[in-house]
Amino acid sequence: MSTTTDLTGGKPDVSVGHFGEYGGRFVPEALVAALDELAQMHAQTQTDPTFIAELDELHRTYSGRPSIITEAKRFACYAGGARIILKREDLNHTGSHKINNVLGQALLTKRMGKSRVIAETGAGQHGVATATAAALMGLDCVVYMGEEDTKRQSLNVARMKLLGAEVVPVTSGSRTLKDAINEAMRDWVTNVADTHYILGTVAGPHPFPTMVRDFHRIIGDEARAQVIELTGKLPDAVLACVGGGSNAIGIFYPFIQDTSVRLIGLEAGGDGIETGRHASAISGGRPGVLHGARSYMLQDKDGQTRESHSISAGLDYPGVGPEHAYLHDIGRAEYRPITDKEAMEAFSLLSRTEGIIPAIETAHALAGAMKVGNELGPKATLLINLSGRGDKDVETAANYFENLKM
Amino acid sequence: MSHLSERLAQLKSENRAAFIAYLPAGFPTVEKSKAAIEVLVKNGADIIEIGFPYSDPIMDGPIIQEAADIALANGAGAKEVLEILEFTTNLNVPAVVMTYWNPIEQYGISKFADAIKSANGSGVITPDLSLEEANPWINESNRAGIDNIFVAAPSSLPERLNHVASACSGFVYAASLMGVTGTRTSVSSSAKDLVARIRESVQTPVCVGLGVSTPEQAKEVASYADGVIVGSALIKILLEQPDFETGLKELATLTKSLADGIRQAR
Ligand SMILES: Cc1ncc(COP(=O)(O)O)c(C=O)c1O
Repeated sequence: MSTTTDLTGGKPDVSVGHFGEYGGRFVPEALVAALDELAQMHAQTQTDPTFIAELDELHRTYSGRPSIITEAKRFACYAGGARIILKREDLNHTGSHKINNVLGQALLTKRMGKSRVIAETGAGQHGVATATAAALMGLDCVVYMGEEDTKRQSLNVARMKLLGAEVVPVTSGSRTLKDAINEAMRDWVTNVADTHYILGTVAGPHPFPTMVRDFHRIIGDEARAQVIELTGKLPDAVLACVGGGSNAIGIFYPFIQDTSVRLIGLEAGGDGIETGRHASAISGGRPGVLHGARSYMLQDKDGQTRESHSISAGLDYPGVGPEHAYLHDIGRAEYRPITDKEAMEAFSLLSRTEGIIPAIETAHALAGAMKVGNELGPKATLLINLSGRGDKDVETAANYFENLKM
Repeated sequence: MSHLSERLAQLKSENRAAFIAYLPAGFPTVEKSKAAIEVLVKNGADIIEIGFPYSDPIMDGPIIQEAADIALANGAGAKEVLEILEFTTNLNVPAVVMTYWNPIEQYGISKFADAIKSANGSGVITPDLSLEEANPWINESNRAGIDNIFVAAPSSLPERLNHVASACSGFVYAASLMGVTGTRTSVSSSAKDLVARIRESVQTPVCVGLGVSTPEQAKEVASYADGVIVGSALIKILLEQPDFETGLKELATLTKSLADGIRQAR
């Protein structure tokens, strides 16, 4: 049975998915029946041995779980000498954590008897993962992607097409992830009878934040045991980048009751919070309702969503998952912005010191680790979710570093 | 009883459906949207629905999205919505506001209900306020004395449909189809069925929207529903005409023929 985070003694409200005052369901009535069915299916399958075995088999024989941990000793020199342990979600099939959630939802799609899946994508990683699962399971697949992002992440567009998915460039609004989600919602309202919307992060209406978290907690479950085995103790801090927040909640969740462990989410700070050009919903936004749930978000005084800015397509989103809003408010997790510049420095540093090219999204977590490591010093152990690999970002990086030289 | 309910009751006694016309506030500008509303009222619209332009309208198709973007670019916000609402009710026509939830929450739930009331608005349609989250709003709108109108969908299961319909005052908004706003070549047969299902649970008038665009479709819907809601078709005319004056003339013609269709339905 899925429940929401419950640290305050409040009764977890399973039916409508609240995390304190956050989360819930703000959707057109046409979607309610489908969301109810999904919530019920998710709750059921969480304890269904057949479903659990099926998903476990896919993890082991298809995506390559458990993912390993790697100690980054040379990188650690730039992080105050703290012990740096990387959870290698970049080694999963398709190159990021996104596949964990997608395989789970694709199995649910089949159980619900639906034949078509749709998805939104920013960096293209979630789109690629969805196209992959659709190919594997024989489902029709349409991926909505902001036109801006189809340019930034053209390699992933080609991958999705190769996998047999249709990629629809979205030209409304800011032409990025937020608008891709709008377009996917519109498709879903229209085709909900035969279509499941595989939302790619822990945002959106109930049950998505809870369900997507439950499919990603395997990251934290594995990492917690691996770190204890390696070091004999819990880490001092767990760090992850936060776009919608799925890789972060996945690694945080199993540590929530371990109150000695600091949970630190790194948001995209773009040009800097003070410039207004950023994507830090918690550090630089306030509570509101976006895409079906209440959480922190970037908005103007009238509640119109403000455009986000980040060099990283996967973090370029004005909202954040409601459970993060809650963890922030109760003080269980901290959220800090990392600028484009800081992220790109960490991106090149990990590449040069460890031979691992991270996704630019992930580089935000690495930049955070450099700061936190320097704050905590050499006695500290930091666990970092290496959420994805950087192949897709090589072009962006080449442009970025060339511009720096000029 | 709200002005809206009075008008719907009066039309019922005349044995005809209401013509409810939708325009986003401040589209293309505040003054021009006032002019367009005057045209709607002069040519037979019975009730005006004023849209609060929103950055992420997931229930709306490309036509309303485009109009909302134009209105937002020209500075439309809560102040302009309320100004246009007051302008409309001063024409002695009942008016409601249709808005996504976040603008209400950011304005302040209680303050927004009061502001609608003081502009003589009859109520608010909330297309993305799910029933589970609606209690604070229902309480405030009751306190302020305005109607709260929710959207019912063909996919709603019987018990759920009963809850949604029972929560509505003024009228129940029946979505004619599974989908977003926009013009369609025909009205889905699910609309008539949905209206009948809603009437099994409540006495509240039932108005049908989504996709009604031609006088023939309006006439068909008016034969069984208490009201016919038209939006995208009206906006499309204003978007397509090279200049606003021509747009208004075309708008007058379409409004009149929609009104005629509705009046000939029974
Ligand atoms: C590698 C990688 N990390 C992180 C993210 C951000 O998403 P989330 O915050 O849901 O983990 C993305 C999104 O595309 C991604 O591709």
